[in-house]
Amino acid sequence: MTTAVGQSVSRKDGIGKATGATKYADDLHFPGMLFGRTIRSTIPCGRVKSIRMDFDTSGFTIVDYRDIPHRNVVALIDEDQPYLVETEVRHMAEAIVLLAHEDREKLLGANVVIEYEEAEPVFDPERSPHSFKDITIEKGDVEDALASAEIVVEGTYRTGHQEHVYIETNGVIAVPEHGGIALYGSLQCPFYAYKALRSVLGNDHPLRVIQTETGGGFGGKEEYPSMIAGHAALLAVKSGRPVKIIYDRVEDMVATTKRHPSIVRHRTGLTREGRLVAMDVDVILDGGAYSTLSAVVLSRGCIHAAGPYRCDNVKIFGRAMFTNTPPNGAFRGFGAPQTEFAMEVHMERIAEQLGMDSLTLREMNALRPGDMTATSQVLKQDASALECLQEAVRRTDYRRKREELKGTNRGIGLALFYHGAGFTGAGEQRLASKARLDLTATGARIMVASTEIGQGTRTMHAQIVSDALGVPYETIEVAQPDTSVVADSGPTVASRTCMVVGKILERCALEMKERLEGMTPAQYHAKHGAFSIVKEHIQPEWMRWDDDNYQGDAYATYAWGCDVAEVEIDRDTYEVRPVKVTAVQEFGRPIHPALAMGQIEGGTVQGLGYALLEHVVMKNGAMANPTLTNYTIPTTLDTPELDIVMLENHYDGGPFGAKGLGELPMDGPAPAVVNAIRHLGLDLRDIPAIPETLIACASL
Amino acid sequence: MRFTLNGVATDVAAHPMKRLLDVLREECGLTGTKEGCGEGECGACTVLVDGVTVCSCIVPFGQAQDADVVTIEGLGNAHGLQQAFMDEVGAQCGICTPGMVVAASVLNEDPSLEEIRVGLAGNLCRCTGYAAIYRAILSSARAGKA
Ligand code: FES
Ligand code: FES
Repeated sequence: MTTAVGQSVSRKDGIGKATGATKYADDLHFPGMLFGRTIRSTIPCGRVKSIRMDFDTSGFTIVDYRDIPHRNVVALIDEDQPYLVETEVRHMAEAIVLLAHEDREKLLGANVVIEYEEAEPVFDPERSPHSFKDITIEKGDVEDALASAEIVVEGTYRTGHQEHVYIETNGVIAVPEHGGIALYGSLQCPFYAYKALRSVLGNDHPLRVIQTETGGGFGGKEEYPSMIAGHAALLAVKSGRPVKIIYDRVEDMVATTKRHPSIVRHRTGLTREGRLVAMDVDVILDGGAYSTLSAVVLSRGCIHAAGPYRCDNVKIFGRAMFTNTPPNGAFRGFGAPQTEFAMEVHMERIAEQLGMDSLTLREMNALRPGDMTATSQVLKQDASALECLQEAVRRTDYRRKREELKGTNRGIGLALFYHGAGFTGAGEQRLASKARLDLTATGARIMVASTEIGQGTRTMHAQIVSDALGVPYETIEVAQPDTSVVADSGPTVASRTCMVVGKILERCALEMKERLEGMTPAQYHAKHGAFSIVKEHIQPEWMRWDDDNYQGDAYATYAWGCDVAEVEIDRDTYEVRPVKVTAVQEFGRPIHPALAMGQIEGGTVQGLGYALLEHVVMKNGAMANPTLTNYTIPTTLDTPELDIVMLENHYDGGPFGAKGLGELPMDGPAPAVVNAIRHLGLDLRDIPAIPETLIACASL
Repeated sequence: MRFTLNGVATDVAAHPMKRLLDVLREECGLTGTKEGCGEGECGACTVLVDGVTVCSCIVPFGQAQDADVVTIEGLGNAHGLQQAFMDEVGAQCGICTPGMVVAASVLNEDPSLEEIRVGLAGNLCRCTGYAAIYRAILSSARAGKA
């Protein structure tokens, strides 16, 4: 029996978010605080020849790469990105010099003159001479199977950049303390920032990272905060004073990461009845100028590239290419929205070419329990592709609607998708996340680095602990992540916070319960005092993963979804408006149904923006429309009616049966919308589906 | 310069071209009003000036002279609405929420869904997809009637 799990209990956030009392990074002030500013490159490729301070420098703190006490690299995977340019410039808006001053007017007025020697940039990922990472997934014999296939369908699909547009821009404050630095910031991964600060500052000084209330992340505050944290820390070390850096919207859009643009090519062999016999997929991601997380984004993208379908002969070849543009990075879905977009639009085209109903095609090929994925993972009973598809079709009366709308200005389309929860392959094992639970005088306190960024981490973790420990939800506290006190539960990414960290907390709570020997926390505490339980992630013992060949159990489990989009087109302006979206999603068990609903609704609307509105215009290697006036995200008026259905199919390895949910909703809307536009008779294969793109589409 | 801030006559010495947003946050210490874009697009900085919603990031302080300014901190009667935003998860990350609540506070007492959508069209939320915000406002209106 659970009393907290499965209920939409009152959230741990308190009322402050709604009264304005909650403090975000920019709301904090420290005595003697300076403001920091970043001077950035204005060319996409070349070398710095000279730097001149063309202002009265009194009262300024000025930092360039020579001030870095330890290593000039942002510690992440490949360690190729510097905090500050030494001579080589690889992209627009690359940080070169840092300034700090207590007067913001003076700071903004400071003019730094930089002379460059320009070189020829590469902007086209297909022409780039350099790949950060190649991945090949191979099962069976694709060439053979293609040669003998009755039908072969080919197609190329493209997706653009997407900007996160968390409403709170990136911001941090570095505060000198005890001879070291305390870094307060809007971020998803306190220990990433910690590790990055160790790289730039060295190991000699005390250091801690404290997450401030964070106004949205969506992946955009996974790796970039390590950069801005390093900058603020360098200024704070040099000035000996607290330094706050808050980006304005333009700087945030021009300089920070975005979703990787993609080009995905499919060559698919089928029998005449529509059975998949061969899938050859080529994936290109535009990585930008430094590797950052591109290798892992590519990995997840490739693993999801064959979609939720079974096929014995699969070859997926992926590359993340260098270009002279700001590095692209983590964004909700992490490569999967791109490749699943291509797969689902391709499925629609396959059905068109076979002259068959695309629902039947999907039904025939959808992965079922016992089937094998592209990486040869055998799915367990918690695979729900068919259930999602059938429920979405039933609920929307899809077949009838599709007939009925034919030839009108309304179209309806569908997408079937799935999303692996947690880090890929052996990733969770390597990460070896820890969680800690402290007994308090009244209950227990959760001590993890997993961040609340709006998705409900605090509340959902407290629900899990409450039920596992068997104490009232109200008696569970959640510590604000501070690397000096909490356990390193890993980054808040990859739909892992509930499934992976929640599970470790559940185990902590069960052990604590045993130690209490029937006493309440208060009784035990009064008698024996406090104690802590620390536990580490345990990889399910059945999981096998071969990282060299990309074969095996890529994820402990998958969440599944089917979206149906109904859209309306204005045949004069080519504007497409979503009318209604139905999202059927299965993610194990919802711990907090109202928060889970919020993840699906919010992710679905981000997906609609990705499909229809969000167009990053790149000129000379930089975003040319870096404002919310010119880069539009869905407003209330752009957002259609949403019908959300949560199906349950418990995952035994998750806390109370839960899987991961955060990213799943992002995968479906774009292909569902584009398939609805295809239903309107336009041969669309790219997003965003802005009028300029639609006008150029051939009629079907 | 004098103006009424959350019902209290207030005197602030600030440049008339300073953004009202900065005056509120920095001179008056009211950090409930947020900045999301600085160009009048996102509504995170929404306050009431003489009862009308404005984006305080594009209003020069000079224009607030003698005006009646209400910020999220001054919405004394909006508790039900605020609680509903938390209960219905109309606030996820919460950074848009003060602006949303201020904008919602001047909707009529029993708004239709369409009135809510139009009334909040100037307030961006990247987290919720808006549906839970509608639920919050509708449930608070229902509670008000009951
Ligand atoms: S900050 Fe004022 S409208 Fe965005
Ligand atoms: S709740 Fe995060 S922007 Fe609205």
